[in-house]
Amino acid sequence: MTEAQTISGADPHYNYGYLDEQTKRMVRRALLKAVAIPGYQVPFGSREMPLARGWGTGGIQITAALIGPSDCLKVIDQGADDTTNAVSIRNFFARVTGGRTTQKTAEATIIQTRHRIPEKPLRADQILVYQVPQPEPLRKLEPSEVETRNMHAWEEYGLMQVRLYEDIARFGHVATTYAYPVMVNERYIASPTPIPKFDNPKMDMMPALQLFGAGREKRVYAIPPFTRVRSLDFEDHPFTVQSWDKPCELCGSRLSYLDEVIVDDHGARIFVCSDTDYCEERRQDGEGA
Amino acid sequence: MDMIRVNGVSKSFTLHNQGAATLQVLEGIAFAAGAGECLILQGESGAGKSTLLRLLYGNYKCTRGEILVRHDEQWIDIATAQARTILEIRRFTLSYVSQFLRVIPRVSTIDIVSGPLLARGVGAEIAARRAGDMLSRLNIPPRLWGLAPATFSGGEQQRVNIARSFIAHTPIMLLDEPTASLDAANRDVVIELINEARKSGVCLVGIFHDEAVRQMVATARFDILTAKQPEAA
Amino acid sequence: MDTSLFSQALSQEPLLQVQNMSRFYGERIGCRNVSFQLWPGEILGIVGESGSGKSTLLRCLAALDQPSEGEIQLADGGQWLDVPALPEPKRRALMRRAWGIVHQNPRDGLRMGVSAGGNIGERLMDAGERNYGEIRRVARDWLARVEIDPDRIDDLPRHFSGGMQQRLQIARVLVSEPRLVFMDEPTGGLDVSVQAKLLDLLRALVRDMGIAAVIVTHDLAVARLLTDRLMVMKDGVVIEQGLTDQVLDDPQHAYTQLLTSAVLV
Repeated sequence: MTEAQTISGADPHYNYGYLDEQTKRMVRRALLKAVAIPGYQVPFGSREMPLARGWGTGGIQITAALIGPSDCLKVIDQGADDTTNAVSIRNFFARVTGGRTTQKTAEATIIQTRHRIPEKPLRADQILVYQVPQPEPLRKLEPSEVETRNMHAWEEYGLMQVRLYEDIARFGHVATTYAYPVMVNERYIASPTPIPKFDNPKMDMMPALQLFGAGREKRVYAIPPFTRVRSLDFEDHPFTVQSWDKPCELCGSRLSYLDEVIVDDHGARIFVCSDTDYCEERRQDGEGA
Repeated sequence: MDMIRVNGVSKSFTLHNQGAATLQVLEGIAFAAGAGECLILQGESGAGKSTLLRLLYGNYKCTRGEILVRHDEQWIDIATAQARTILEIRRFTLSYVSQFLRVIPRVSTIDIVSGPLLARGVGAEIAARRAGDMLSRLNIPPRLWGLAPATFSGGEQQRVNIARSFIAHTPIMLLDEPTASLDAANRDVVIELINEARKSGVCLVGIFHDEAVRQMVATARFDILTAKQPEAA
Repeated sequence: MDTSLFSQALSQEPLLQVQNMSRFYGERIGCRNVSFQLWPGEILGIVGESGSGKSTLLRCLAALDQPSEGEIQLADGGQWLDVPALPEPKRRALMRRAWGIVHQNPRDGLRMGVSAGGNIGERLMDAGERNYGEIRRVARDWLARVEIDPDRIDDLPRHFSGGMQQRLQIARVLVSEPRLVFMDEPTGGLDVSVQAKLLDLLRALVRDMGIAAVIVTHDLAVARLLTDRLMVMKDGVVIEQGLTDQVLDDPQHAYTQLLTSAVLV
């Protein structure tokens, strides 16, 4: 499937976008507040959704509150559009809105994602919606919710730096490779969710609006377009992203994030782009093997 | 130049846990001592010589009267001064030399002796060297310098204490039997130290049980019981 | 003798002023009508039996508890801060910058899951230090100062002895060079010989850094060796205060006489 597909008419048994209008308004209010205070976690009245919490209910509620008839939705899971979860969520919205869905990054107006930011740079007319399992970047260090809120409020972030310090002391480098904490707008530390740290630099000054939803934890937060997002580091141990010795086996890209794939019963493995749309487009453009 | 002026000093102890009994130890004491003098406090055992010395140091609380000490070109009354003022005076002007060493256990001898210099901001290296010189003079061999004095003999501990006290002269020094129980050789070193200090302008007030020592150091004497003004030796 | 040294020292303003401070718990008195001043570089001891109100007083001073009445003022850059009325952010900022608290149990003051270096470095990172090498250098330096082998920088505190943990806690507190340190029975759970070494270390550090300290202890020997001035508390009230050696050698109050006669100091 490469073209945008249109499903005529939404399932009449549901309200448009599944959520009732009051709930959408509530979510939108929370999102407005989140946009106004970049990186700050705003509580919201998370609803029961027709899938288990922890499977993207936060992201789905944001998408449901935003999506309109003119929107075109793309859903990615582990960078791919064709995994079970991505397909299910895309079908869900197709059914409850009757709106268009796509697998092409460039065509989408709303991209709901877990684990990745698309390789193709996003535009100002696009919204990136993240599914967030754990919105609190300080949680592993400080179990008390009261205390973590205070730490955010008073900008007491030494402890987060201690975590990076401990990594370097123990492993010689910062061993955190995903959910690598970022400083948003030089004020709030936020978790970029389980995206690889490879994607962190894409968040910085991104033209698209970035929204984060945690259904189980009942929090949303946001990074408005063109906001400074800095990955935490030390002067003498600067932030770096992952790199690979070889290019993508399929499209030959040296710039994208690669997944290791086992291709036969003998354990042979290849490295290919995790962003399937990006990889496919490059191959169609005549790049790669 | 007077360094200490004592006027009408009385001291009594109230023993609350022994039926509030009151012991009147000193009554109407008055004397003065000046720079370059060594004033000997006299009186029979139990007359209150040590009590008086402790009053001068601010270690005992004065019941009545004033104890003026010249500190930083001012007269300050130890009897009424704030605690922190007394601490300042002790740090720079007034020191107390007893025969007992009271220090934190496990601290090395050399560190104990250089302590007063460090407290005045002398560099660690210089302080240690001067401490070594002073210990040698008092016949404490270098092999003991790195050890804590807790294991030393009584006489050695006493000499460590004297070394610490004489390493940095204060303008006023109070001496409480510093030569008691020392052998003749070491006693002579202490007498030398006392006379050197006096000649350099220190005002010394002391208790010595040994008349021979008194004669070698005294420039004036004050008898507590007769409470007479000091008379020249 | 350098006379300018002490005239300068004496002209200083107090660092902390406490006026008629009381803390009530309903009908019960925590402490009542406490007044004193603390100057830079001074070590004040608070002694008394358990329940005498010394810990309540310390908690109020350290802004961990609110007094019911009275004033606690801290000198800060030429002005007086009303400590109990400080807004939360200011209070927390002061706690990181100007204050240090050494707990009796090092586990209350250390992060047990974080290496020795991380424990010492946290306050530096709080204050914005972002150079890993520099943090390591300072942490090693402080380990040496508190007499822990700097090569143990990456070890967890749980692998340290009680005395080492306490020294690590002290390094963690002093690394940010606070002006005022509160200590609650700092040598409490330690062997006598370990205590002695720690006392000497504390005294040297406080002397070198010119820190003012308030130390709560029930141990008069600790008070004598470590403090300049002493406050004796009983039933929530300060019954006697003054020079440490004067209070211990010539106690005026019946209770202090009892206290000092009960133990050899």
